[in-house]
Amino acid sequence: MLLILLGVLILHVIILILLIVSTAASAWSVADNSGKDLWYKCSTNNGGYHCQPSSNEDWIQAVQALMILSVLFCFFSLIAFLYQLFRLVKGGRFFFTAIFQILASVFVMCGAIIYTVMCPDDGTHPNFGYAYVLAWVAFPLCLISGLIYIVLRKKE
Amino acid sequence: MLTFLALTSVVLLGIVPEQSQAIAIYTGWERHALVGSDIRLSCSFFSWRWTSEDVTFSWTYRPDGSRDSISIFHYTGGAAYVDNKGPFRDRLEFVGNPGRRDGSILLKNLELNDNGTFTCDAKNPPDIVGRPSSVRLLVFEKVPIQAGVITGAIIGVVLGLLVLIVVIYYLMRFLVARRVFSLSVSKHGKKKKEGSQQRQIKV
Repeated sequence: MLLILLGVLILHVIILILLIVSTAASAWSVADNSGKDLWYKCSTNNGGYHCQPSSNEDWIQAVQALMILSVLFCFFSLIAFLYQLFRLVKGGRFFFTAIFQILASVFVMCGAIIYTVMCPDDGTHPNFGYAYVLAWVAFPLCLISGLIYIVLRKKE
Repeated sequence: MLTFLALTSVVLLGIVPEQSQAIAIYTGWERHALVGSDIRLSCSFFSWRWTSEDVTFSWTYRPDGSRDSISIFHYTGGAAYVDNKGPFRDRLEFVGNPGRRDGSILLKNLELNDNGTFTCDAKNPPDIVGRPSSVRLLVFEKVPIQAGVITGAIIGVVLGLLVLIVVIYYLMRFLVARRVFSLSVSKHGKKKKEGSQQRQIKV
């Protein structure tokens, strides 16, 4: 029982870390020497490393908002899990935790989909960077974690 | 001795401020406007002297990407002279108040070609030493969305909804506990099977 709890907690923390890295790193699109989105466009020219803020288009701002919301909801679900661990009645289910975790996964999914569809095509044919991949990896993990919380019951 | 000291101090007080203070001109840093709209470019100055009657204001315009400036406005001797041959003919109006040290101009019906730097130079004789100040004009076809507005709006709405739902949930639980309403499932996790003596009012 304790092992399951520990495993679920570690999974949750890993998901949170993945989401934070994916949101904070500006590497959703990479081209030869440059990485950009969500926050900065950085490129290494022969002069050095230059960064400028990403374009202010509406869809990039929507992706930013959805990623930040997913991080927040994952964090709230972690706190709800720890709270419900000690305060839930016997046989109760971790509903709040599950709801927040599933909402977080929905937000990541929406953000990643919007970015995929609206990906800017400057003509430099950028590839998707590691932050984008992390977002897509975090989405099913988050969903599975939320479903585990629905199934999990508190025994004593 | 005292007279000498008094005289020196008066002379020093008279001379030194004149050399160290200069006229300071203030305009904005950057102005944004839509095509077809009007914009007021403000210019004012600070000077230790009283505003003289020979105060002058002049505005020059340097288009983006060009190295030449053209003079578009001059106020002197109590009269304002606006551009009547250059890029702003019939579109420039003086809306300042020289008595209050305000030399602002109004540009009407902006075009995309009006992007550029506007420099205001003011002189308040005998206070004439000063640096002109420039304001950059950016004309847009549509107003660009500022960074972070939509982001903040989405986050705010979702968090607000979350708080609202939590408040409503606790409110309903509070009202059920006070028996204002009765539900078929009242407390968290426990299912109460009511006997059928009381009518259940489903909310």
